[in-house]
Amino acid sequence: MFSLDTIVQGLLLGGLYALFAAGLSLVFGIMRLVNLAHGDLIVLGAYLILGLGTVTGMNPFVAALIAMPLMFALGWLLQTRLLNRVLGEDILPPLLVTFGLSVVIQNGLLAAFTADSRKLAAGPVESASVAVGPVQMGVMPVMSLATAVAVILGLNLLFYRTALGRAFRATSDDAVTAQLMGIRPQRIFAMATGIALVVAAIAALYLGTRANFDPSIGPARLLYAFEAVIIGGLGSLWGTLAGGVVIGLAQTMGAAINPEWQILAGHVAFVLILMVRPRGLFPRAID
Amino acid sequence: MMKTSFPAYRPLALAVLCAAALALVPLIGPRAVVQDLFGILCLLVLALNWNMLAGFAGLVSVGQQAFVGIGAYTMFAAVILFGLDPLAGVLLGGLVAMALAVPVACFVFRLNGAYFAIGTWVAAEIARLGLGQWKALGGGTGTSLPKGTTRDMLGVGPVKEWLGVSSAAASDILLYWLALGLVLVTLGVSWAFLRSRMGLGLQAIRDNAMAARAVGVDPVRLKALVFLLTAFGTGLCGGLLFIQITRITPDAAFSLLDWTAFVLFVVVIGGIGTLPGPIVGVVVFYALERLLSDYGSAYLIVLGLFGIAVMLFARRGLWGSLSGRTGLELLPLGHRAPASASAVRP
Repeated sequence: MFSLDTIVQGLLLGGLYALFAAGLSLVFGIMRLVNLAHGDLIVLGAYLILGLGTVTGMNPFVAALIAMPLMFALGWLLQTRLLNRVLGEDILPPLLVTFGLSVVIQNGLLAAFTADSRKLAAGPVESASVAVGPVQMGVMPVMSLATAVAVILGLNLLFYRTALGRAFRATSDDAVTAQLMGIRPQRIFAMATGIALVVAAIAALYLGTRANFDPSIGPARLLYAFEAVIIGGLGSLWGTLAGGVVIGLAQTMGAAINPEWQILAGHVAFVLILMVRPRGLFPRAID
Repeated sequence: MMKTSFPAYRPLALAVLCAAALALVPLIGPRAVVQDLFGILCLLVLALNWNMLAGFAGLVSVGQQAFVGIGAYTMFAAVILFGLDPLAGVLLGGLVAMALAVPVACFVFRLNGAYFAIGTWVAAEIARLGLGQWKALGGGTGTSLPKGTTRDMLGVGPVKEWLGVSSAAASDILLYWLALGLVLVTLGVSWAFLRSRMGLGLQAIRDNAMAARAVGVDPVRLKALVFLLTAFGTGLCGGLLFIQITRITPDAAFSLLDWTAFVLFVVVIGGIGTLPGPIVGVVVFYALERLLSDYGSAYLIVLGLFGIAVMLFARRGLWGSLSGRTGLELLPLGHRAPASASAVRP
C-alpha cells in the first residue's frame, strides 16, 4: 500500500513538526497559554540566525547557538512584560494578545526583510544522504528527528528530574497551591516561555536549512504544531512527538496518493483522532 | 453604579437616523466611497456575528473564514454551474454555510476553550483545501464570475433606471444597500435574541455557567443555535462580498487575515460583549485604514499593537470603557427587576 520510503519520510517530517511543537507544548502544558505567535516567533528566530550568519559569516549551526540565549531573553521579556498580565480564567485575552503579536511580528519582518524567500545555507550537509537498507534518507531530516528526540528527552529530564521541573509540574497542576508552597508562578511562566523560545530557535535552524522561508509562513507551521500538541495530549511531551509523527505520516501518505492532498491529509487525521479521543492520545494534565 | 439608559425610543430614533443617512450615501457620494463603505459594512456584519459567538456565547472561533468561503463558493457555484441569479446564490450560500456548520459543530463542540479555537481553524483549512480540489470552480487557482453577471443581477435594472447611473454603478449601489440591510437585520436580530429568554440564558451561562445550569439553562443547545445562526449570517456576507470582488480563489475566500483577524480586532477594540462595540470598532478600523493607507504593512502593525493595548489597558474595549465610565447605554440588554421584588420591604 504505502512504500517503506513514504513511511520513513513521514517519520522524519514528523520530527520537524515535533520540533515546532515542543516549545508550544511546554507553554501550553504549564500555563494553558495558546500562543498564536509561536509560528511567527520561529520565523523570527530563523531571520535572527540568518542575520547573525550574514553579519559574522558564521555557519547557521553556530549562529543558532548565539540566537538561543537571545531568544530566551525575548521569551522572558514577552512573558513578564506582556503575557503574565493577560493570563487568567478567560482564554480570550491571551489568545488575542498573541494573535496581535503574530500580526505585528509578521508585518515587522515583512517591512524589515521584504517578502523574498530566504534560506539558511548550512553547507554540504544539506544535500548529503545516508542509505539505511533500501531507504535513502537525507542527513538533515535525520538530524531534525534526532534533535526533536533529544530536545524532548532534555525537556522531560528537566521536567521530571529538576527542582525547576517540579515547580513547572506543580504550577501546571494547581497554580494557587503552588504559590502557597513558595513558588512564584509568574517567574515560572517566564522561565517556561524563555525555554520555549530556545526550542523555537532550534526549530528555526531546521526550518531555515531544510526549506525556504518568508515572513508569512508562520501561521501554517503554527497550525501543524498545534495539531501535534493536541493529538499528543495536554502536558505530554512524548505525546507531542507522537502527534508530530502522526501529522508527518498523514501528510506524506496523503501526498503519496495525490500530491495535492498532503496538507489536507494531515488536517483530516487530526479531526479523526480528536473525534475518537477529544483530549488527545496521552493527556497528562487536565485542561 | 446606577445606569442611566435612554428611553427605549431614543436609541431607536438614533439608529433610524444613522441608517437613513447611510442609505442616502449612494445618491450623493462618488462610486469609490460606496465601494469602500460596502467593504466596511460587510466587515461590520462579520464583526456582529463574531461578537455574538465570542462575546455572548463564549465560543472563541478563529475559523469563521470557513463560512465566508463556503458562502462565497456556493454563490459562485449557483451562478456558474446552475445559472442562478447571484442574489439567489447569496441566500443559498447562507443556507449551505448553516448546513455545513452542523458537521463542524459536531467536531468542534467536543473541544473546550483553546482546543475549540484551534479546531475551528483546522475546519476552515479543511474547507479551503477541499474546495481547492473543486475543478469546476477553478481548483486552487480559482475562477471569475462570468462577464455581465452583476449587470443582469436581480434589481440592478430598476436601480439603474431610477437613479440614471451605469449598470456597474447600479450593482455597486444595490450591493451596498443589501449590506446595509444585512447590518440592520443582524443588529436587530441580535438585540431581539439577547433580550429574549434564550439570550438571557446565554448571558447567564457566560457570567456563571454552573448557576445557569442549576436553573435549567442548557448551554450546549443555546451555543449550538448561536453557532448555526452566525454561520448563516457569515455565509450570506461571504456571498455578497464576492459578488463585488467578482473573482474567487480558495486563499482569498478563506483568508484568516481578512475574514477573521480584522474582525477580531474590530470587535476587541470596539468592545467585546456589547452590541454597539463592533460599530465603534469598525469606525476606528476605517479611520486607521484611511490614515495609514500609504504606509503598507505599518497599518497592520499599528492595528495589532492597538489590539494588544486594548487587552492590556481597557479590556472592555472603547465602547465598554465609555459606557462603564458614563453609564451611557445604547441598545441596553438589561431587564428591569420584577416590580414585586422592590415592593417587599422589611
